Amino acid sequence: MRAVITVIGKDKVGIIAGVSNILAECNVNILDISQTILQDVFTMIMIVDISKCSIPFHDISDKLESKGVEMGLKIQIQHEDIFNSMHRI
Amino acid sequence: MLGPFEVLETIEMIQKENLDIRTITMGISLRDCCHSDIDISCKKIYDKITKYAEKLVVTGENIEREYGIPIINKRISVTPIALVAESCESDEYVKFAEALDKAAQTVGVNFIGGFSSLVHKGYTVGDKRLIQSIPEALSRTKLVCSSVNVASTKAGINMDAVAEMGRVIKKCAELTADNGALACAKLVVFANAVEDNPFMAGAFHGIGEPECVINVGVSGPGVVKCALEKVKGADFGTVSETIKKTAFKITRMGQLVAQEASRRLNVPFGIVDLSLAPTPAIGDSVAYILEEMGLEKCGTHGTTAALALLNDAVKKGGVMASSYVGGLSGAFIPVSEDAGMINAALSGALTLEKLEAMTCVCSVGLDMIVVPGDTSAETISAIIADEAAIGVVNTKTTAVRIIPAPGKKVGDKVEFGGLLGSGPVMKVNPFSSSEFINRGGRIPAPMHSLKN
Repeated sequence: MRAVITVIGKDKVGIIAGVSNILAECNVNILDISQTILQDVFTMIMIVDISKCSIPFHDISDKLESKGVEMGLKIQIQHEDIFNSMHRI
Repeated sequence: MLGPFEVLETIEMIQKENLDIRTITMGISLRDCCHSDIDISCKKIYDKITKYAEKLVVTGENIEREYGIPIINKRISVTPIALVAESCESDEYVKFAEALDKAAQTVGVNFIGGFSSLVHKGYTVGDKRLIQSIPEALSRTKLVCSSVNVASTKAGINMDAVAEMGRVIKKCAELTADNGALACAKLVVFANAVEDNPFMAGAFHGIGEPECVINVGVSGPGVVKCALEKVKGADFGTVSETIKKTAFKITRMGQLVAQEASRRLNVPFGIVDLSLAPTPAIGDSVAYILEEMGLEKCGTHGTTAALALLNDAVKKGGVMASSYVGGLSGAFIPVSEDAGMINAALSGALTLEKLEAMTCVCSVGLDMIVVPGDTSAETISAIIADEAAIGVVNTKTTAVRIIPAPGKKVGDKVEFGGLLGSGPVMKVNPFSSSEFINRGGRIPAPMHSLKN
């Protein structure tokens, strides 16, 4: 099962480290990372594999969200299907 | 692999453009809850609803969390209570409403619909009792919604029921006068009611439906408006194409949520209702879509044409995105629940007459309209009759949800709060229709062989 993590906000040192540390702790594998500056806003998109994740989905979602609050960013994890269903027929 | 553009587009739609799932509605049949003893029947109803819908809210919340898509309402619709209640030897039908209300509160849903009756061709004893008990039922409960179908294309218009509903609405307003006549906001009078509509207050679980079913209603006027902003000045072919593409994406999301909810709850998936349902939030308005098409204010000349285009394009785009489409599918135009409509009504651009014309080309009808408190029952009935005639002749669903707010005059405003919003009191025609309404009987079904 795959999920998409999006990080949106002001660029700063340690964003990837902060997010990937949480993922490593929970045994979530990163499959792909892309980042871009969209209208002056730093945007990072991660595709991750959550099939071996050691904690329930809502816990990892909470952890990422509070990390986002700590770093002044919006961090969100969503099941991949929402994007697939909308953009792939 | 997903591209960043696609991911960001979806996130933008949800976060900035108010894309959401308006409702997951579980339809539950109560046909096996009939009993001659009203208390036993009510207990059966309570037990069945709380058993079937036990996990509805938590499942909805989990889906919301995992997919990151807001699901605004979790609701229940049940078999029209008039059918279930008929075999009991009591006329205290308010008890049924109380049982529904209690069950809804136990499982934590936002509304429960189905305190309903279908009387388009005539009344049974149960129908009579149910309709008489509506004012008390809606004023004594919090979450119960009620609907009465008074007309159909095949049967014509039951004018006795139309006359009675005018009085019922007035009584509802009186009983909840302290509350902005809130009971009226929970009551819909239909022509050609559908059996699988997930939207309140008109939702009920029709008799052709299975034991239990999941229906989903989508929203997303904000997304359509934003898409149209990007094609400013383009011709109507482009406008229609843009709406179609957006509606497709919105509906795909609805389809995903519907399938997922159905799988997790182990209940069959019924339909996705392809509706643009507004909310009072700025940026989530159907009126603003119409204005984006080039109208200075919603309600001015051209509004009906704009709405017809919008409604048709939403259906064309949505129908391929979902395996089963149903309900009321189209653009909703409730006044109090749509920031742009409220604005248009306040500025005088939008009148009752224009709204009536608009209902010829879109779903539902005169919805969430506040009129002066001294509007007579006969005038309300006449408004219902007009709307029913539009539905019956054009073979479509129409409805009236009208609120004669006690003590309020044209220019005043009534606050309902939450999704129901706030409504400016609109002007009604001051001339009497009472002799017309007092005739009673049934307006025969129209003929459709010489369709014009």
